[in-house]
Amino acid sequence: MHETTFFEQAIIFLLAAVVAVPIAKRLGLGSVLGYLLAGIVIGPFVLGWIGDEGSDIMHFAEFGVVMMLFLIGLELKPSLLWSMRQRIFGLGGMQVMITAVVFAGIGIALSLSWQQSVAVGLTLALSSTAIVLQSLAEKGELQNSAGQATFSVLLFQDIAVIPILAVLPLLAPDILTIDHAHGDVHHESWVAGLHGWQQLLLIISIVGTIIFIGRFLVRHLFRIIAGTGMREMFTATSLLMVIGIALAMNMVGLSPALGTFLAGVVLADNEYRHELEAVTEPFKALLLGLFFIAVGASINFQLLIEKPGLIVALLGVLLVVKFSVLLGLSRIFGLRSGQQMLFSFALAQAGEFAFVLIAFSSQNSLFTPEISSILLILVALSMAITPLLLLLNESLVQPLFRDKLNEQTADEIEEKDSSVIIAGFGRFGISIGRFLLANGIQPTVLDNDPGNIQTLRKFGFKVYYGDASRSDLLESAGIENARLLIIAIDDREKTTELAKFVKETFPNVKVLARAVNLRHAFELCNLELEGIRMEVFDSAIELGVQALQLLDFQKYRANRSARTFKFHNDTIIEELYNLWGKDKKKYIQEARRFKEELEQLLSSEDQSSIHDSDHAWDTQSLAEEIISTAQKETSQTD
Amino acid sequence: MKKILVLFAHPAFHKSKTNKQLISEIEGIEHVTIKYLYEEYPNFHIDVQLEQQLLLEHDIIIWHHPFYWYSAPSILKEWIDLVLQHNFAYGKEGNALKGKAVMSVITTGGRIEAYMEQGYNCYSISQFLRPFEQTARLCKMNYLPPFVVHGTHLLKETELNEIKADYKKLIVALRNELYTVDDFQQSNYANDLVRK
Repeated sequence: MHETTFFEQAIIFLLAAVVAVPIAKRLGLGSVLGYLLAGIVIGPFVLGWIGDEGSDIMHFAEFGVVMMLFLIGLELKPSLLWSMRQRIFGLGGMQVMITAVVFAGIGIALSLSWQQSVAVGLTLALSSTAIVLQSLAEKGELQNSAGQATFSVLLFQDIAVIPILAVLPLLAPDILTIDHAHGDVHHESWVAGLHGWQQLLLIISIVGTIIFIGRFLVRHLFRIIAGTGMREMFTATSLLMVIGIALAMNMVGLSPALGTFLAGVVLADNEYRHELEAVTEPFKALLLGLFFIAVGASINFQLLIEKPGLIVALLGVLLVVKFSVLLGLSRIFGLRSGQQMLFSFALAQAGEFAFVLIAFSSQNSLFTPEISSILLILVALSMAITPLLLLLNESLVQPLFRDKLNEQTADEIEEKDSSVIIAGFGRFGISIGRFLLANGIQPTVLDNDPGNIQTLRKFGFKVYYGDASRSDLLESAGIENARLLIIAIDDREKTTELAKFVKETFPNVKVLARAVNLRHAFELCNLELEGIRMEVFDSAIELGVQALQLLDFQKYRANRSARTFKFHNDTIIEELYNLWGKDKKKYIQEARRFKEELEQLLSSEDQSSIHDSDHAWDTQSLAEEIISTAQKETSQTD
Repeated sequence: MKKILVLFAHPAFHKSKTNKQLISEIEGIEHVTIKYLYEEYPNFHIDVQLEQQLLLEHDIIIWHHPFYWYSAPSILKEWIDLVLQHNFAYGKEGNALKGKAVMSVITTGGRIEAYMEQGYNCYSISQFLRPFEQTARLCKMNYLPPFVVHGTHLLKETELNEIKADYKKLIVALRNELYTVDDFQQSNYANDLVRK
């Protein structure tokens, strides 16, 4: 393998991803499989564009998993996490234990030593957080009960890595110190040199610091950062935080993924949460992609060609054992049948932790090179096959349970964010927000004025910082499951753009929008929104009512006239829209617009006075009839 | 087959128990149009032209509402004030509604014993409904005996279910022209027609 520069490598990886992922997506295979295939293609056994450096890249890219857990933490309120404790420790604990015991038994049956068997069992019991969560998130399965159970198990496995790393050296014939382990379980020797109770104290204080900073300091820090109005500062701060936590956790020997997950949970209530999600998401996605490519590239096809029977048989055993244990446990823990299958298929592979544990075990001379290489290819193949298994589950297995699945989807949606989003919280949005709140509806509010946010939060609004017209922010605010989006920003272009984007991408979301003027209203009419209101029309008419009253109109008359006028205005606008609003060619230069608009309005006003159509309580004709009858009567009597 | 227009007026539909069930019972019957007046005109701005057009298109008008202060909720009065215009509904040239029929459908908390000379309401429902009856007459329409649900606060589920079924039966029978003029004249309440 020749040496490649950083940029050459970057080009190879990016090109592979850009080519493979869209194709895989188009074929309905999901992005994970796309990345894995890309990795296999550029790896040493097909094109050979990358070689041994693949495994280094894999360790670097594992940071994607760390960021992913941070993002998952952000979605998970502490109360929700607490309610999952039984599943995490019960379901997760039993899964790791039972699976490890079964694999150890198989190991002994295959005449490995008992130490090796236990190590193999513990190694293969863990599943792949990266592949599973990414695949489930892509399919939107994380919110349902199988998704939650899957997540609980993965979380427990993350915690379990720490004791497993402590146990492995005890099994080894020659005990080495753990400094030589690489990847994300890298220990600094000064911590390893401390007593157990000192380490514990250190761990508690670091975790305490994370919680304290997350709860009390980050909000102020972000307010200052947001005040600078520079988005890249926000990105920098977020990255600084995540990397900082990961390093700190490493130093005390805890899993960095666990640390950032904890930080995410602490920040889940934070008003800057959506912005944090929006800025860290691309980094996570790219790093995870890189990680999947590296996994694909690391598959040792040489070994597969040499011993195809053995590898395939062992892979079958690995998947069947894990699947059976998961299926049994999911029954005991009361998942519904369709969900049991999803859960069991999702977690049936070995995971990225296995790479670390295998490397660690062979350094400790616990595994022979032969065992290591067989295990490595098993792990990589099982990971690569997971997206296929999920696809199989989706297309062949789930249809059998379809009816049962439908019953339960309804109550699961409610766990999502509040269902009304107000974009823009200036003079206009604030009035709508107050009105909704007064009616017991808590809207999610997006605004980019950091000054507002602090104040509004005090009064029970859920306010988030960010430019509402950015699609990623909308997505993290839960637009996908929202019932209603109210666009209250005062920028004409942005309003139209946003309305268009949401209508096209999320056709189920109802959209109400504020129109700046008549032209803008027509523009929005073309998008078939659920409702459009001209921004100052109603308040102008209300002031007009007061004007009439000061001109000695009776109050009710003035009031009724306003209602008639509004009704009439809606009709006129509809007529004008039908007349020339749909015709884009008639959109004329900005400068002339207002004038023409005024002319159009006034001339339609001329054609039909509102009072022509209003005969309410009008007794004129009745009076005439009575008078004429009376006259006839008198003439007859005369 | 007659066409029926139900003008339903209930200002607090979300709090309604009896009326909500009654109206949903007759939802979707062929040739029956239901107008939720408060839903249609939340700010009382009644579209007179549209309402008159609807009247022309139907043969039987039902005023369906809870009995508030011995009368209808205010929007129905507003509707009567505005829609039944001179020279449309009444007056020398006002023959648009001639020959159509009107029926009141009413729910009330008071039991039938209360609506008697000896009861605390002193007068019968029919007596209280005189203004509606005369309104219909002035518009040259036939005022049919009312369908009345008494004692709504004490209704048991089974009783309400029977009443719902009666209401539906009544509407279908009216549509299918099953009752004669004699039938109407002999009945105090339209309820009796269905139970016969």
